Amino acid sequence: MRKTFMMISLLVALSLALTACGGGTATPPPAAEKVTLTIESWRNDDLSIWSDKIIPAFEAKYPNIHVVFAPTAPAEYNGVLNTKLEGGTAGDLITCRPFDASLKLFQSGYLASLNDLSGMENFGDVAKSAWITDDGADVFCVPMASVIHGFFYNKDIFDKYGLQEPTTREEFFAVLQTLKDNGETPLVMGTADQWEAATMGFQNIGPNYWKGEDGRQALIKGTGKYTDEAYVKTLKELADWEPFLPEGFEAVKYPDAQSLFTLGKGAIYPTGSWEISQFEKDAAFKLGIFKPYVEKAGDTCYISDHTDIAIGMNAKTAHSAEAKTFLSWVASDEFAKLYANALPGFFPLSSAAVTLDDPLANEFISWRQECKSTIRNSYQILSRGEPNLENELWRVSAAVINGSLTAEQGAKELQDGLDKWYKP
Amino acid sequence: MRQRSQRRSFPTHVLVFLAPAVLLYSMFMVYPLINSLRLSLFEIGAQNQMSFNGLQNYVKLFSDSNFAPFFWRALKNNFVFFAVHMLVQNPIGLLLAALLAEGGKIRNFFRTIIFMPTVLSVVIIGFIWQLILNPLWGVAESMLKAVHLGYLFGPWLGKPESALVTVSLISVWQFVGIPMILFYAALIGIPDELTEAARVDGATGWDIFWRVKFPLILPTVGIVGILTFVGNFNAFDLIYTMKGANAGPDFSTDIMGTLFYRTFFGQQLQLGNPAMGATVAAMMFLIILTGVLLYMFLWARRVQTYEM
Repeated sequence: MRKTFMMISLLVALSLALTACGGGTATPPPAAEKVTLTIESWRNDDLSIWSDKIIPAFEAKYPNIHVVFAPTAPAEYNGVLNTKLEGGTAGDLITCRPFDASLKLFQSGYLASLNDLSGMENFGDVAKSAWITDDGADVFCVPMASVIHGFFYNKDIFDKYGLQEPTTREEFFAVLQTLKDNGETPLVMGTADQWEAATMGFQNIGPNYWKGEDGRQALIKGTGKYTDEAYVKTLKELADWEPFLPEGFEAVKYPDAQSLFTLGKGAIYPTGSWEISQFEKDAAFKLGIFKPYVEKAGDTCYISDHTDIAIGMNAKTAHSAEAKTFLSWVASDEFAKLYANALPGFFPLSSAAVTLDDPLANEFISWRQECKSTIRNSYQILSRGEPNLENELWRVSAAVINGSLTAEQGAKELQDGLDKWYKP
Repeated sequence: MRQRSQRRSFPTHVLVFLAPAVLLYSMFMVYPLINSLRLSLFEIGAQNQMSFNGLQNYVKLFSDSNFAPFFWRALKNNFVFFAVHMLVQNPIGLLLAALLAEGGKIRNFFRTIIFMPTVLSVVIIGFIWQLILNPLWGVAESMLKAVHLGYLFGPWLGKPESALVTVSLISVWQFVGIPMILFYAALIGIPDELTEAARVDGATGWDIFWRVKFPLILPTVGIVGILTFVGNFNAFDLIYTMKGANAGPDFSTDIMGTLFYRTFFGQQLQLGNPAMGATVAAMMFLIILTGVLLYMFLWARRVQTYEM
């Protein structure tokens, strides 16, 4: 018995010693010249774009810095990143989710403040709004891209019936009616996943009713309420879409709707710019886009130009000077141009004028000149409590389209939910 | 002196053999369970600090307007989910088992076919049924139309009034093999002499089943019931796969498992709340525990087990 114990303890001691040695040899020698920066990200779809286009362009300019793009699966990103940050093993550069998730990282001291970063002056307030403390004192991520909401349409179907891109509410419903009378599916959207109703419906057409940033800020300040006319009207509008949706839309999911549209079996698809590359690949017909319609001709138009992705610096990085060099480059025109062209539909947030090769992406971004930009109104501050406003918007928007709630009831439920915890 | 000799004769090898199981089980099952129950008694502050707050989380779960409606709805939905399984899955399982136990050449084939969905991944089941029931390109509608019943079809998975029952029936379809195989095993274990004797006494097939065979498989009925109960109150995957963590439309398919997931891990912009999540988990544990205890004391002790 004693012998066995001896053997075991010897083995344990030996293996410990071995691992210790292993650990010793694994630590890289102190960097002589070349510094390696690692980027944490959830955009594993973009791996080839980063490693083939973006990083080589940066390294050509700064040969002493080597950059590694190390993405995690999107659904696991927040959890993995938190664990890595707590354990001190996270990369030097951190891709930032918008709003509270990143704000929490900053408040916990994991993200560095970037107030004095050169290049930060290239970004406007809306662009920075997703990565700034509530009092506006600290910016902690460099905004990279936003997505713009709008409507895609099938040009072939429009041409067949001699239809024009609608710009007002009246024209929009006239187009829908014509399409319906001719036996087409006018509007392709389902409510099964719920978020389409909120994101592609409510947040898409809504800014024209609540006047973009004015309405959004008013909600945060408490001077505006979801029971105001603007929001009830938006919800009513969604309810009016109902007769033009595909049959059985209550059980139609996002991929179903995408397929229905790209197969040419539907005419108009409310969504956002992120669909560009997928649709251009799948659709065998000519694609067109039009921006969210306004109530009356001549009204100022507003678009949802939603800030989606940014990049910040790990506060505990050993190479903060190099990381800042990289971030300043991300803030530059050069990066904006590279990124926007590599990923049509994800638009740079810097004020630099960028020319895009993709015509649809170009049209989307041209709306920034014609209309005023805003972001989704539930994202900043208002989704911090219980019940969660974003979840409520999903549920209510879908329920209003399905007809299980009226627009007034829906608006009231949204505001009641918000009132429970939010004190402006 | 006597004590000492007892100690010496203590069978140490038993400990050695028990150790791996006890250690692993404690580490991966007992400790997390107790820790989760402990977590439900704490509140987690903004800076991740934990402070003890007794049963406040439970009070919140039962009475707070943010949690109570969700909790009661999830509990109600879970009972509906369970009822569908008890009323549809288990009787069909019993019927199939009785048919299979009668014999016939192709019974092995049917046994395999019917059991097959059980071993398929839930993700595949969810995907297939969503396609079948899809109002745009599903086959369900065209099949109904072929027999002139097209008007019966609706987007069942998308309507608040039908979604829960539809999902429950899909789950029934998947798991009907389990009660079937358990009943089947019990039925073929009944000696032929008993049925032959009953037949000699002039009993019909119906009588033989209900008066001879069924009483003999009552213990299995109990086991199937409690397995269904535990499985249903732990259910999560099928609904998460088909309806997402928000268990739409309008939370009509929200059961304890999805409520737990949303509360604990968060959803989209909703940040996770581990303490409240642990409270929901503790309630699931208590409900299942109550069910199992009821089964053990009210059913398993009373039901007569026959030596055959």
